Amino acid sequence: MKKSNGQPEIVHTEDLSFFQKLYIPEIFKGLRITLSQIFKPKFTRQYPEERWEPTEAFRGRPVLVHEDSVERCVACGLCSRVCPALAIEVQASETDLSKERYPVKFEINMLRCIFCGFCEEVCPEEAIVMSKEFELTFTSQEEAIFGKDKLLIHANQLRDRLEYLRAMR
Amino acid sequence: MDILIALIKIAVVLLAMLLTAAYLVYAERRISAFIQNRIGPNRVGPFGLLQPIADVVKLVLKEDIVPALANRKIHDLAPVISIGIALVTFAVVPFGDRIVLFGREIKLQIADVNVGVLYILALTSLGVYGITLSGWSSNNKYSLLGGLRSAAQMISYELSMGLSIIGVVMIAGSLELDSIVQAQYGWKWNVLLQPLGFITFVVAAFAETNRLPFDLPEAEPELVGGYHTEYSGLKFGLFFLAEYTNVVTSSALITTLYLGGWQIPYLQTAGLSPTWMALLQVGAFISKVIVVMLFFVVVRWTIPRFRYDQLMNLGWKVMLPLAIANVLVTGVVILLT
Repeated sequence: MKKSNGQPEIVHTEDLSFFQKLYIPEIFKGLRITLSQIFKPKFTRQYPEERWEPTEAFRGRPVLVHEDSVERCVACGLCSRVCPALAIEVQASETDLSKERYPVKFEINMLRCIFCGFCEEVCPEEAIVMSKEFELTFTSQEEAIFGKDKLLIHANQLRDRLEYLRAMR
Repeated sequence: MDILIALIKIAVVLLAMLLTAAYLVYAERRISAFIQNRIGPNRVGPFGLLQPIADVVKLVLKEDIVPALANRKIHDLAPVISIGIALVTFAVVPFGDRIVLFGREIKLQIADVNVGVLYILALTSLGVYGITLSGWSSNNKYSLLGGLRSAAQMISYELSMGLSIIGVVMIAGSLELDSIVQAQYGWKWNVLLQPLGFITFVVAAFAETNRLPFDLPEAEPELVGGYHTEYSGLKFGLFFLAEYTNVVTSSALITTLYLGGWQIPYLQTAGLSPTWMALLQVGAFISKVIVVMLFFVVVRWTIPRFRYDQLMNLGWKVMLPLAIANVLVTGVVILLT
């Protein structure tokens, strides 16, 4: 029972009617509510079969964007510097492409990564973005250090995140 | 030969009781989930039906931890008492009428003690020991409090339980459970003849089995786990199973004493063969017990828990006078008719 301002009404024992004090009729009223809930829809998601798809704003694991097998990253080291968990390690080197620099080693330690998205925010080349994957499992600490092989994803698969970043920034 | 028949009956009933208690746990998890708009366990086997087996295997494989200063022998003994009493109480419950197999008349009741009601009351009193001893032997304040509270609760409600049963005994004229069921032919079910006794008995049954709304002795927020806090592995499994077996036994007693046991009203007029009638009656008994068990389950998820002083107040100042009044009124009515 609620008053008009939404707060529940305080009922003192003296205010209960005779039937309410008997308590047994109240039990049956409660049972009616409980039993009717049995037939209402359930809200459980059957996990591995039914999955939840994140929106484009979701911050999953960080990935390196590449187009035609060339990563956009110029190994400037900003993501490494801004990472609050010190999870990123970048080693730069020269290349003959017009961007002149490329990361010869780019490692993210997923056990340290906190999925904050600072690396994506600070990158001047839109080279590292947060994807939608969050279901990561490892069986050893070494396995959790992702190198370029596990981090490079083609730009076509990250289109909605890249569009979201262009629109929101 | 008689011993063989008795052993077969014991084996069948024991197996049925254990399976029923295990699947009552499953049913409770499923029903409580549906009440809360979620589905219960549905992964282990089709619709989760193998979940009790998974639970039992898990509990058997767990480490048996006993607190350092605990009284080891009593710590081991207490769950055995609990589950032993819970199972043995079912020995006097008749689950069907007589059947004739291979020329012998067999009563569908393990032990037709002619003081069946006294046997039941005695065993419920013994059941208090399991909980009290576990609370004491755990060397833990919370267990001790839980054990003591539970013991006090069970003792208080035994009185109103006994007095309610006296009403039934007065109507049936005998302490034998079989006679009590036979006296409930036609529409003379005791729930209609003794409505007040039925209510007091059901409330007392809830209190005796430590089920909500009377489960303060094992309430987690108050007592961490009450009397079974310090138990793990198979011993905890036995306590857990003992609680649900108590529910099964109490449901069976409520059915036998008040809901007509295995009686189906006016089944004789249908003119079926005796074996068919016996089967239908066993089926009726099982259905009634299932309905009462489901009532136990649903009430747990509907009503809030009683505070301890409210519980004792209810037991001594409300249930006991009502039960005594019931005996008085029944006596007067019997005298006048």
